[in-house]
Amino acid sequence: MHERTYDVAVIGGGAAGMAAAVEVRRQGLSCAIVERENQLGGILMQCIHNGFGVQEFKKELSGPEFAEEFMDMVADAGTDVFLSTTVDSIEESEQGKELYCYSRKNGVVKLNAQAVILAMGCRERNRGNIRTPGTRPAGVFTAGLAQRLVNVEGYIPGKNVVIVGSGDIGLIMARRMTWVGAKVHGVVEIQPYPAGLTRNIVQCLNDFEIPLYLSHVVSRIEGKNRVEKVTVSPLVNGIPDEDQSFEIPCDTLLLSVGLVPENELSENAGVEISPITSGAVVDSTMMTSVPGIFSCGNVLHVHDLADYAAEEARRTGAYAVAWLQNKKPARQLRIKAGANVRYVSPGMINPELPDKLYLRTLIVKNNAQLVMKLNNNIVKERKLSHVQPSEMVSVKLTKKDVEDWHAESDSVLEVSVQ
Amino acid sequence: MQSNTNGAGERTKVDIAIIGAGVSGACIARQLSAYETEVALIEKEADVSFGVSKANSGIVHGGFHHGPKYLKTRLEIRGNLMYDRLQRELDFPFSRCGILVVALNDEEMKYIDHLYTQGLENGAIGIEMCSRERMFELEPKLESDCVGGLHAPGGGVIEPYRFVFSVVESAVKNGVQLLREFEVVKAERSGEKHIVHAADGRVVEARYVVNAAGLFADKVSGIFGAEEFQITPRKGEYYLLDRKTKACPNRVLFPVPTKVSKGMLVIPTVEGTVLIGPTAEEIEDKTDLSTNADKLGQILDQARKMVPSVSQTDVIAAFSGLRPALLPEGDFYIDISEKTPNFIQVAGIQSPGLTAAPAIGEYVKDLLKKAGCRLTEKADYDPFVTKLPRIRDYSPFEADELLKKDAAYGNLICRCEKISEAEIVAAIRAGHTTLDGIKYFTRAQMGRCQGGFCSYKIIKLIMRETGMEYDQITKNGRDSVVLTGRL
Amino acid sequence: MSAPETKEMICISCPISCRMTVYEENDSIVVKGNKCARGKVYGEEEYLAPKRMVTCTVATDSEEFPRLPVRTTASIPKETIDELLQELYSLNIKLPVKRGTTLIENYHDTGVDVIATMTLPGRA
Repeated sequence: MHERTYDVAVIGGGAAGMAAAVEVRRQGLSCAIVERENQLGGILMQCIHNGFGVQEFKKELSGPEFAEEFMDMVADAGTDVFLSTTVDSIEESEQGKELYCYSRKNGVVKLNAQAVILAMGCRERNRGNIRTPGTRPAGVFTAGLAQRLVNVEGYIPGKNVVIVGSGDIGLIMARRMTWVGAKVHGVVEIQPYPAGLTRNIVQCLNDFEIPLYLSHVVSRIEGKNRVEKVTVSPLVNGIPDEDQSFEIPCDTLLLSVGLVPENELSENAGVEISPITSGAVVDSTMMTSVPGIFSCGNVLHVHDLADYAAEEARRTGAYAVAWLQNKKPARQLRIKAGANVRYVSPGMINPELPDKLYLRTLIVKNNAQLVMKLNNNIVKERKLSHVQPSEMVSVKLTKKDVEDWHAESDSVLEVSVQ
Repeated sequence: MQSNTNGAGERTKVDIAIIGAGVSGACIARQLSAYETEVALIEKEADVSFGVSKANSGIVHGGFHHGPKYLKTRLEIRGNLMYDRLQRELDFPFSRCGILVVALNDEEMKYIDHLYTQGLENGAIGIEMCSRERMFELEPKLESDCVGGLHAPGGGVIEPYRFVFSVVESAVKNGVQLLREFEVVKAERSGEKHIVHAADGRVVEARYVVNAAGLFADKVSGIFGAEEFQITPRKGEYYLLDRKTKACPNRVLFPVPTKVSKGMLVIPTVEGTVLIGPTAEEIEDKTDLSTNADKLGQILDQARKMVPSVSQTDVIAAFSGLRPALLPEGDFYIDISEKTPNFIQVAGIQSPGLTAAPAIGEYVKDLLKKAGCRLTEKADYDPFVTKLPRIRDYSPFEADELLKKDAAYGNLICRCEKISEAEIVAAIRAGHTTLDGIKYFTRAQMGRCQGGFCSYKIIKLIMRETGMEYDQITKNGRDSVVLTGRL
Repeated sequence: MSAPETKEMICISCPISCRMTVYEENDSIVVKGNKCARGKVYGEEEYLAPKRMVTCTVATDSEEFPRLPVRTTASIPKETIDELLQELYSLNIKLPVKRGTTLIENYHDTGVDVIATMTLPGRA
């Protein structure tokens, strides 16, 4: 068995993995990225649409361009990259961690690393997860699979399309399918508001007069061999109303019904997973419950923008380096998701080294107020012009913010939105 | 072995033709492949096991559910005993994990008494009456209301489609000709022979015909002018739970049965996922494999009565299967036709058909002898199939050796179930060239992402290995085309 | 431009998503419902000459990388998009190609180019 040794091993070569690795290298430690596909970039490589890079590069790029900016940095930083390689397991050893990696080219390789950064991203929820009844014909795809087929492989998955879920991938695919000559008959969203960004509603649906059915579900799929039609039902008191249901003939159903961090490898390594985010529980340094294993990007919690994932990953890279240099926070406060907040990530804060927090709300509201309380005393407030569950809120905390905090070791910082 | 759809005029001459490559037909074919006789196994679908055999509970039953007067009970007891040897010969996943029948009140406990007595009478292996304490010792995840039950240690689980694939592979290895996409539409007698016509013009000539056509056994019987009977499709809906579920029991859990069915079960599948179901609903349409919203609640409720930790969020797939019931008796109908010469009926093979199938193979062989078919043992019969390595069974150190022999084991295609390129290529080379065929052979696409990540990779492998075009790739044959165009 | 009309639109300049009404009055454009200056600018442009970025793929001569992703360097008038798509689908690019390579220059005198957005290698 081949064996290689690094200070840090990064699992996953998408936006987060590359950003984390670049930071580790910038600080002078050795680092390898293990990527299961045959190129770096992850899902960015099939996201040919624009809208990436405004935060990171102050310019609007497509997914592949955004990825290549990072690939250049990875190459310049002298990072070792293992492509077409799957990490099978992470084991604890006397020296740190052992990663067992499988590939066609190198067989089984054992990577020894002092620290591991998890950046494997997420997977799409599918038909089974939303339990859509009916037959099981060909022609049901997750939106991301359809995106891969069209944009990378050059195949068209269908001609008459209905999209379930108004997440951004679904909206982007509505336009993409239209632009490859398919007819998109509608987007069906279970919630009373769209899950994706408004600009995507405007540019991907309204521009093509594609109807958006809010508070509706696809209640049945029909077709023996290939999809023939779907039944769309409005929700009345949360239940599909049969009387007001209607059918849409179609040959293809694309599902854009949410993403789930892909943490099976992490779980097998003993990492504690949050039932709310499906990502790892991490402290203020993005370290998981297993010392030396860090997590960032979409495998930690699902981000709206690759820019945010990269930003978070860069900090994670720095934290991993600091941990290897034995710079550990003297104390950390637990963060609690308060009123109208689904989760806050990370789940802890270091009052000596305040940082950035990401959170998701449970409500849709204009002119909302973010309130942070320490031991029931308000320590920070911020106006939020608009909040909705599908749009992540980022909160930057500075030294100045925490100056007057009188935090005890058992203090809890409660973050709520009103 | 690609689909042979354009063989108009192609004529296959054999001694015995078996119609239907489900578990019964497959086991009969393999049994006969041990003898000096020419056999054709005929299947109307794109792959074997694509009918009744692909969607059922996958249980090797314990021999106590039905009384000794039924043929199905005798074959169940015999079939159960044959599985260990079959596993050694055919290398399919099988676990004799045992079965528990769970009584939730004293009334149900009385029925357990009855099942126990019946099981003893049948000769079921090792069955045991259990107190409440014994039940919790055997299964700590049980609902606290459980008052006792029945333990049948001889019961077990298999993947039904995978078993059929292995059985057919063995049969083909020993000379059986497999004809797929061969839908029997017409038959006539010519001298001592049956002339069997397919929808696409192919013809099989055979001295003996075995009707193992599952849901369509009544139709096939009609085509051959044999007995009139009616097969009623009884639909069963299932939900598949992620292997990460906390609700995985140690043994198969049955409720106390109702009049029409064995009830809804909680099944720890042989591959580590959990199956809950089935419902039991008599329907009209023999091709109706739809699932229905109202059934999910029922199945979850029933499953939770035995294992409270069953959770809706663990569901990764829903599917339904059809059982071919011969009502009202519900017994197997396996006999020499009294109307059509040299025609054997194998009909009504519903539960415990999977358990009984190996014994059905023996039984039909004997019927053929009785009908005058001469069967001499083959000297070079080889009961073993080539064992295919599965990367998921290997530790990294063992994998290191395996990858040195075949690097394609290092290319993991299906991340959820850990299936390598080498295993998918083996499936394709064994003739499984649809997405579902590869799924049933390898488990790729069967995990939590349900093919979201790997199906396009599998499509590319099928194209590379077979030379098929993108628009010839189907989910499960016929018009189930996956890709409709190319940019 | 076409006859004066009133257009309802949603501003996409920021997540607030103001619902705006835009119409012509006395030779000037009136934007109502916007909460900020960016909304006015967006409303005027969307009223007079809506433009969009186009992102697409074009064919390559490679089996391993059959599609090359491309985009316009700036927004182009909405009504010209279909024609551009047809032109893009008729292209076949010989690899290798570098990200940023211009594939169509100054499309229909709009001053907008179409560029490759991925670096793809040639035949190994």
